[in-house]
This record gives sequence, C-alpha cells and structure tokens, in this order.
Amino acid sequence: MPDGTIGTPVRRREDYRFLTGQGTYTDDINRPGQLYAYILRSPHASARINAINTSAAKTAPGVAAVFVGQDMAAEGIGGLPCGWLVNSKDGSPMKEPPHPVLAVERVRHVGDPVAVIIAESYQQAKDAAEKVAVDYAVEAAVVDPAAALQPGAPQVWGDQAPGNLCYDWALGDEAAVDAALRGAARVVKIDLVNNRLVPNAMEPRAAIGEFNRATGDYTLYTTSQNPHVIRLLMGAFVLHIPEARLRVVAPDVGGGFGSKIYHYAEEAIVTWASAKVRKPVKWTAERSESFMSDAHGRDHVTHAELGVDAQGKFVALKVVTIANMGAYLSTFATCVPTYLYGTLLAGTYTTPVIFCETKAAFTNTVPVDAYRGAGRPEATFLVERIVDVAADELGMDPAELRRRNFIPANAFPYQTPVALQYDSGDYQTTLQMALQAADYAGFEARRQQAAARGKYRGIGIATYIEACGIAPSAVVGSLGARAGLFESAEVRVHPTGSVTVLTGSHAHGQGHETTFAQLVADGLGVPIDQVEIVHGDTDKIAFGMGTYGSRSLAVGGTAIVKAMDKVIAKGKKIAAHILEASDADIEFKDGRFTVAGTDRSLGIGEIALTAYVPHNFPHEELEPGLDETAFYDPKNFTFPSGAHIAEIEIDPDTGRLEICNFTASDDFGRIINPMIVAGQVHGGLAQGIGQAVLEGCVYDKTTGQLLTGSYNDYAMPRADDLPNFSLSTHATLCTHNPLGVKGCGEAGAIGAPAAIANAIVDALKPLGLRHVEMPATPEKLWRAIRQHQSGAAAE
Amino acid sequence: MQRTVSLTVNGKPASATVEGRTLLVQLLREHLGLTGTHVGCDTSQCGACVVHVNGEAVKSCTLLAVQAEGANVLTIEGVANGDTLHPMQEAFRNNHALQCGFCTPGMVMSALDLVKDNPRPTDREIREYLEGNLCRCTGYHNIVLAIAEGAAVMRGEAPPANPHGVAAE
Repeated sequence: MPDGTIGTPVRRREDYRFLTGQGTYTDDINRPGQLYAYILRSPHASARINAINTSAAKTAPGVAAVFVGQDMAAEGIGGLPCGWLVNSKDGSPMKEPPHPVLAVERVRHVGDPVAVIIAESYQQAKDAAEKVAVDYAVEAAVVDPAAALQPGAPQVWGDQAPGNLCYDWALGDEAAVDAALRGAARVVKIDLVNNRLVPNAMEPRAAIGEFNRATGDYTLYTTSQNPHVIRLLMGAFVLHIPEARLRVVAPDVGGGFGSKIYHYAEEAIVTWASAKVRKPVKWTAERSESFMSDAHGRDHVTHAELGVDAQGKFVALKVVTIANMGAYLSTFATCVPTYLYGTLLAGTYTTPVIFCETKAAFTNTVPVDAYRGAGRPEATFLVERIVDVAADELGMDPAELRRRNFIPANAFPYQTPVALQYDSGDYQTTLQMALQAADYAGFEARRQQAAARGKYRGIGIATYIEACGIAPSAVVGSLGARAGLFESAEVRVHPTGSVTVLTGSHAHGQGHETTFAQLVADGLGVPIDQVEIVHGDTDKIAFGMGTYGSRSLAVGGTAIVKAMDKVIAKGKKIAAHILEASDADIEFKDGRFTVAGTDRSLGIGEIALTAYVPHNFPHEELEPGLDETAFYDPKNFTFPSGAHIAEIEIDPDTGRLEICNFTASDDFGRIINPMIVAGQVHGGLAQGIGQAVLEGCVYDKTTGQLLTGSYNDYAMPRADDLPNFSLSTHATLCTHNPLGVKGCGEAGAIGAPAAIANAIVDALKPLGLRHVEMPATPEKLWRAIRQHQSGAAAE
Repeated sequence: MQRTVSLTVNGKPASATVEGRTLLVQLLREHLGLTGTHVGCDTSQCGACVVHVNGEAVKSCTLLAVQAEGANVLTIEGVANGDTLHPMQEAFRNNHALQCGFCTPGMVMSALDLVKDNPRPTDREIREYLEGNLCRCTGYHNIVLAIAEGAAVMRGEAPPANPHGVAAE
C-alpha cells in the first residue's frame, strides 16, 4: 500500500449489500420448520395476577404451545441479571429484586411479558393470545421517579425495596462542597428534568431460538450489540447452558443506540421454548412492543447549585439527582446515573470540589438503561445549563464564562474531583473554532433582524466532555461492574496473504467493516480488498464485549493493533530466518520485512506462505501459522470533548422553533475515516436535538399507561425538523492507546440538548424566561411566551 | 380465507396464496423472500417498507396483498442493473447516506419517486419529501446530499463535487 488509508474517506464496504436489499437482519432469517412466538404483555402498570387460563389458547388453530411464568419457574429458570452492583453511600448494597423472564404473581409495568404463545404462523399465535384469560387485580401505580420516593407512594417491590429506593449513592466530599458554597460570592441554582426517551432503533428487536436435537446445542439469532455478553448472561444466569453448547449470532443489526446491549426476556423465551417444542422459534417485535419493552433512556429529576467567586470562577458544584430505574433493573441500568454521570460533572471545567448524590427509584415503567451517551448527556445538560444561568446572573458572556473556567490545554493529565483523570484535550480551541464557524460575534445583528421580522432568535453554547471506552477492568470491577471491559481481536493472515480479522466489537451502523479494514490495510501493508472483518457470531469469534459507549475503535481497534503487532513480531522472526539476519535487524514497513540498511526483503505474503508451508522455517523457535489473538484492557477511559453552538428562531404566534444553524467542533483524537465520523456526529446531533425539541416518553401519572406508544404519539426527528450541520474537528491525541483515538459515537447526543436549550432561553431572555424543560415543543414554547408576555404586561 | 394473488415483481411474474389480511409487505418478505423491504413500525410512519406499485411510491404496509393483484411492483432488489448500482444507490454510497441500512431501501425508493416528479429538487424540497421516511442513524444530512447527487446524475449532469472528499471512481 503506497498510500495509507487512515485519515481518508474510504467508501463503506457494507453499503453494497444494504443498498441492494441484501442485508441480513434477524427478521430476514428463517429456519426450517420454524414456529412463531407472540408475547402476551400486561395491559396494566401494576397488578396482581390471580390466575392465567391458557386452555382455550392451547387448542386454538396452529398453536404448538403456550407457556407462562410458572412454567419457567418450575424448571429453575433464572431471572434476568443486572451487571453492575452499586452501593449506597452508607455502604449497603443496592436493592436488587428479581427480574423473571415471564411475570410471576405480579406485573409491574405496561408491557411486562406474561405469556408466550407459539404457533405455526405469527397471526395464529397473535389470534390465540386473545384466548388467554388473565385475571388481574389492578393496583395503584407510580411512574414519576420523584413521586416514587415520596411517603405513601405505591410500592413497586414492597419489602424488597422499601420506599421504592434502589440505592442512594454519593460521590465527592459533601462537607467541602457545602463549605465552598457557603463561601461563594454567588450560588446559582437550577431545578431540571432530563426527559425520558425511547431509543427507537429503526429495526425492531427480534430473536430466533433453535435447539439442535442431534447435538443438544442451542443457537440464538438476535438483534444485539454484544452477542458474547448475551451468551454469557443468558447461558450462565438464566438458562444454565454452557458456552460450548450455546451459539449467539447477531447478524446485520439495524441500529442500537444502547437499546440492544441488554439481555432481554424474549431472547431467553425463544431459546428455552425451542427445546420445548423441538423447533426453531422466531419472535419479532411490533413497533408498539418496542415502545413498551425496549429499555428507555434518561429520566432524571435534578436540583443543582453552583458556587461562583467574584471573578466568575466556579468554586463548587452540588448535584442531587433522582434517577428512574423503571420496574426492574436492566443489564447496566444501575451504573448509568452513577459512574457514567456523577463522574462527568466536572465537564470541561476546573471546579475544585463537586458532590453528587443519586437516588435511584423503582417505578411502574419500562426499565431504563443506557441510551446513546448514557449518563453523560444528563451530566452535560445539567452542567451546561447551570453555567448559562450563572452567566446570565453574572451578566457575563456565556462563552467568556466558559473560557474563564476551562481546564487549560497545558494542565493534562488532569485529575477531576470526581474520580476521572482526563488524559488530553484543548477546550479553548474547539470553542474558538465553533464560535468562529457560527459567527458568534455577528449574532446580535441577526437577533435584531429576526426581531424586526417578529421572531425571537437565540444562540446557545454547550461544551462537553465524554468518557468513552469504559475501563480498565480492575477499576470498574472495584466500582461494582460484574464484567470485564476489554476487547479481543484475532488477526488471521492466510497462506495467500489475505487477512481475516475476527473482532469482538459489533457493528450496527458504525461501519467497522470499513474502518477496521483501513487499520489492517495500513498496519500490515495489504490491499484493503484483501481484508475481511468478521463480527457478530460467538462460534467464529473467541470472545468479545461488544459495542457501546463509543468503545469500538479505542478498545476493539486497539485489540486489532495489538494482534497485528504480534503478527509482525512473528513475521520478523520468520523473515530473519529466511534472510539469515538477526530478528533485531528486521524492519517492517508497507507490508515488507527488510534487513535494515539492505535491499534484502520479503513481502508479508511470502512470510505468510512460509508460515503455512514451513519448509524453510525456524521450527525450533516458532510454531507454524500466522494467526494471532490479542485481548486489550485499556489503562483509562478516553475523553473526547468539544463545543456545540445552536442558533434558533421562535415564532411567537405558533411557538414553532426553527434551527437556523448548528455548529459542532469536536476533538475525537485521531480520525481513521472522516466521512464515517461525520456521519456519527450527524446522527448523534439528530438524537440530541430530538431530545431537546421533539422526543419525550410520557406515562399517565395515575394509571401508568404509556401515552407515547407509537410513532403517532412519540415525535421522532424527521428530515424537515433538522438543519444541515456545520462540523469541524481538532485533534489532541489520546495518550494511552497506540492509535491516539477517542471515540465519536455519542458526542452529538451529549452536546446538542444543552446547546438547543441554552439557545431557547437566550431567545426568550427578553421575556424573562430562565429555563425551559425538554422537549421544548411548540405548545410549550407558545405557552411560555404567553405566560411571560402577560407577566411582563402586568409589571 | 386464502386467496391467490398474481402480480409482477421486479419485472418477473410472481404469485402467492395469502390470507385476506396479509399485507403487501408480508407478501414480499414472507412469501416471495424479498427481505430488502423492511418493517420498522406498525402505524405507517417509518417508510422502511416503501416500494413502487405501478410506478408510484407506496408504503407496502398500507396495502393488502390482494389489492396488488395484477400490479407491477418494484422493490429495492430490482433497482440495480445486475451488479451495477443505480445512480441513486451509488450516490447514497458516495455520501455515506446510510449507516445501519435498515431504513435505506425505503429511502432509496422514496428518493427515486421524488426525482421522478421533481428532477431538480432543492434541499428543502428533499427534506419535506422525506417526511414519511424515518432514519435514526444519519440525521438525514448525508441523505439530502445523496439525493441531490443522485438527481443530478439521473438528469445526465456531472455529480456535484463530493463534500466528503471521496474521489470519483
């Protein structure tokens, strides 16, 4: 390869199959003789199950079997496990009630699975489900996390979680923070809600379980971001199937955004049931099922106080958050509002002391877990909103207040008061780039022009820090993680010199088949079309932790680099033997092993052939073959950062908001494929803007019914809701991985909500608006404008 | 009640025996094995199932299979010319207008329908036309660029300079 591909916009290799309808998603797979499962779900938010009568359903046309929770319990089937133990500040462990695969005795949210009907066709299964008679005794429900912690609230778990409290966690020195706040020139306060979201990957979840009667092995095809994690959780904790007998395949997956990390009940149901009915069992969610069974995101209620000194320097931040867990603990639910939230509250600033308390509440809602950003958007929204309120109270330009408090570029590595050590960053530069690109200096003229047209125009800044590639395993283990957070890769150089890479990362839109191939093409000096990336099958890849938290390149990519290093080291020894030189004298560059200072060299293809046809080979020193595996456990998180600026206009007559410009300047470290990175930012921004102005999951506070249960009720961002985005990047390299990469998948969703909210408040500042809750829908804005206008008129 | 439906799909005759309630999208996916057409919702909002019926873009979840009796249906599998991508497909690739690929078939089918009616759409017109197609991955930015490029090539013009720096093949 004369020219490297790293840093260039290589067109994606996965596109051809997707553009021609040849992608293979789970629902596109059909197994011989398969039956179809329909999951009967609770229509109630909270109810006792007095009885379930399945006899009519069992004799309905085409029905092969009907199972209820008792059937699984009778066989000792385990509950769905939670992967992170969080301790309360008094040292007691979190309350961890059971999470049965199918509900037993009680249902705790609308959509809780109650029975599975298996039939020859999906329609037959669905028809038969209407014949299942469930006798429910409906009880009072609670859906709001703050309400759930109030005395007298309906109890989701009774004695198993008194007061609906899962844990009361804290981080930081509360006494020092209180003292600093008492001594501060000004204490800025805010109360806010981080609105509950539904992830809504466009591909609904699906699963096919297949029991092989000849071997006793199981295969699960599933819409997962991490098939090895599902194999471990489902095999070891739920169905008690050893790894060697369980294959999990996550084929093409149509988006995840966090929602396909978790082990879901339906995966266990179809796998278990396939052995019962001795046929493959397929389940595909309808979208309305997705709304009531995919893990939701966010849902925080927060009070915060920021102490500021006379010069505008932040002296302390105190945060008290109530986080909604939903009715059961989803796989990683517990770490999101704690270790992925409290630890991020320093943001990009030098705030010397920070205290965070998080109370996690059980409610009669779908479990809440990580959704794109996971804790970090919530932290950023809070920090960047309170900084803007501070700027307003101080009468200071929000950009200047941020500059004054940034961690300086020469202060890295920087230890925050909330446990993290940032390795690199340059917040002044990304902010400056964004301000320039957004023509921040020229904004007041645009505000005036808009005012002349009868519109309120505003501009809002958010800077953010992200922590990606959660690690190292030893540290997360000490914090309660019940998993390691490494990644594995195998680089298999074949006899003819082509290369297969087996990665434990999983792509569901991220383009790993291209980005990882670029790494390998450049690293081994082979043409990119000779490199094949394989992922998503536990029978092919030895192990993997999967894809979430923007970890794939920083952790999975580094594992590939480490495996390539081993390939090259072995290749050098083979080359030294053939060329009759010392190992130390062999240099590897652009696919050739050369004796230093000579023109004697061998290509990697020749070395590979020798490794598999080892006639002239150093057998006393090496084994044949050229196939190396590496497991990489990072030394630290990576810390992408950046500045986002939104400029918006509001029509006071309708409350309609238009996003005029959106500018993002991000630091992702080294970039392998800038086109793919831009796409990741675009998508993140769309989800962040969606949270800010469109999306909100709403439950009826009395009945616990899900009011936003379809695309008719839940506003997804559409093409005409969004602007073209103006992007730029500035790289400071990650100091602890060999590529210098940081991760880019979540940045947009983290920065955008606060940028938009700050712009809205800026636009309506003339009316005295101080805060707006998300989603800032036209109705909400129209009402806010009316209220403040009449208030202003009365004064 | 089972009924046999005969129609033309991607230029070839096809028939299947279906229930009265079977949707066109189910006929395509489950009876004809054409799984490029996707189902992303149950309220006819997402557009992942858009196909062309007698030359018009239709959400194939809104039509009963029996209503397509005798119709001429084009799905994503019939858009490319053998192994050669249609200019609109090529434009999606050139502009990284797809990520997970799930909404992509519907997007391409809608894009072709737009350009048929409006060969020179503005960015705003593209965005408004895409109201009925949801994408959760791309933020639509690159889809808009791709449709503009695809439309230009379909008009017989040179494609606009690639905004991502992708070299022409």
